[in-house]
Amino acid sequence: MHNEAILPSGTRSGSPPSRPIVIAAENLTKKYGDLAAVNGISFSVPAGQSFGLLGPNGAGKSTAMKMIGGVTRRTSGRLDIMGLDPDTHGPEVRAHLGVVPQQDNLDEELRVRDNLLVYGRYFGLPMSYLKPKADELLEFAQLTDKAKSKVDALSGGMKRRLTIARSLINEPRILLLDEPTTGLDPQARHILWDRLFRLKEQGVTLVLTTHYMDEAEQLCDRLIVVDKGRIMAEGSPARLIREHSTREVVELRFGSERNTTIAAELDGIGERLEVLPDRVLIYADDGESALEQVASRGLRPLTSLVRRSSLEDVFLRLTGRSLVD
Amino acid sequence: MTDARPVPGTAALRAHSPAVSAQRARRWGAFYYAEQVLRVMKGYSWSIVMYSVGVPVAYLFAMGVGLATLVDSQGGTAFGGVSYLAFIAPALLVSAAVMTAANEFTFPVMDGFKWRRTYYGPHASPLTPGQIAAGHIMAVTLRLLLQSAIYFIAVALFGAAPAGSAWALIPLATLAGLSFGLPLMAYSAAITEDKGQFALVMRFIVMPLFLFSGTFFPLDSLPLAVRWIGWISPVWHGTELGRVLGYGYQEPPLLTLLHLAVLAGLAVLGWVLARRRFALRMGQ
Repeated sequence: MHNEAILPSGTRSGSPPSRPIVIAAENLTKKYGDLAAVNGISFSVPAGQSFGLLGPNGAGKSTAMKMIGGVTRRTSGRLDIMGLDPDTHGPEVRAHLGVVPQQDNLDEELRVRDNLLVYGRYFGLPMSYLKPKADELLEFAQLTDKAKSKVDALSGGMKRRLTIARSLINEPRILLLDEPTTGLDPQARHILWDRLFRLKEQGVTLVLTTHYMDEAEQLCDRLIVVDKGRIMAEGSPARLIREHSTREVVELRFGSERNTTIAAELDGIGERLEVLPDRVLIYADDGESALEQVASRGLRPLTSLVRRSSLEDVFLRLTGRSLVD
Repeated sequence: MTDARPVPGTAALRAHSPAVSAQRARRWGAFYYAEQVLRVMKGYSWSIVMYSVGVPVAYLFAMGVGLATLVDSQGGTAFGGVSYLAFIAPALLVSAAVMTAANEFTFPVMDGFKWRRTYYGPHASPLTPGQIAAGHIMAVTLRLLLQSAIYFIAVALFGAAPAGSAWALIPLATLAGLSFGLPLMAYSAAITEDKGQFALVMRFIVMPLFLFSGTFFPLDSLPLAVRWIGWISPVWHGTELGRVLGYGYQEPPLLTLLHLAVLAGLAVLGWVLARRRFALRMGQ
């Protein structure tokens, strides 16, 4: 298959090479005037993989998703979805996909179940299929008892689940999720992750953008870290952490005035020091012993915490900035 | 929790292939979207019917029983020898369609692009922006036909549609509605920031067109300085053509053709512009 040719080297980790590539991008670029929202990114996604685009707001994740979703034309580069070019075969590409947009765009004036029926009609699906399917999806989204409610009566988490149910009406093998849990409370996020994980178990290819590192760690087999329209790093969450951070991190708070001045006194402890406005991070493979060294130098932080490295640390290392400001 | 339930896709139920979805959407996509708009309209069908019945009855009663009695008692021939009610009935029918179109092609378009972003749901499906625009137009066209049919029945009951061709007022009013509504739809699709533009359109375009398009009196009784409003107005072209159809008003056949050409031309131009604007805005 011609897609194989543009598979970037070194991206085979975490996925058996036998799986067909369903999404392949090469030098994908989108410019708005002089601004390059997406600036030449290349990646490929094998069938069944859960692939993430991690980056801060404005990194170009959503723009990349819109190009993959076949709703925004690219400025240059190549893009193949199931072997089709979305710029020339928009309807064919979109027929393969389920899409959960960043902002819900449900039909608020229609009832919950009708939202699913109407959406299914856009795929030319007959009512004989849609009616039982809608009930099945409402069950899956835990919305069965809301079937006859108006959409505007639903909570944020329920709307999100309805949007996911809607995106599954055509039984897509590829699901695009743009910031699926942004704005939801922790409980609603966990319910959503559980539902997405079930889809993943069924072999649905998930492509999601997020600026939550925990979400990326929970759901993604492999991800690209995106900043300012470019790929900063690529790999499985564990590999990215291994390559770009230490095993553990010590978080110290000395009070906002002292954090910057204390840095010199911490010099030499751990592998690396990161000074943030509100705290100082010491990167070390053994956090506890690093903390002991801090104490042995007579330094008394207001609070201290030893934790495992996360994707947040990877991002900080790669860009010098936090994911969520 | 519903852990025991099969997750989607494992049931015997199967969707047809993506290729079939795409093929059907390419062919029927506009109808699929029209279906959605009609379903939403169904949610407020009661107010649509009340509006469609209430407005003509109120106008025909006020004009036909009130004003017409006064005008007709003067015994003039200013209205081509027909009753005043027969003279204004086509104008009322056309104006009502234009006003409904003005409503359906402003706020709902803004809703689709900005407020509730309802266009972006179907946009992620196999439908194209052009089909979404077309579906919206088709649904509104149906509403205009229904409303005009109800209005026509009321007019006929008041005895204000004497000619045999008067039924053609129904499609004519619908066309007039589209000839004003579709260019407006293109404009609405270009608005990104709501600064009360639609209220201005209603007050300073729709209302003057209603008043100065030969609606209640022949256009040539107006001073030349404002007569041009009528000439460029879809309401005037629709009304004049409506009078030909409604009671056999005499005018040069070329002028009748011109009315039809203006109405159809504006509608087609509006559709083309709206379609382009939809594609541009959604493709960003």
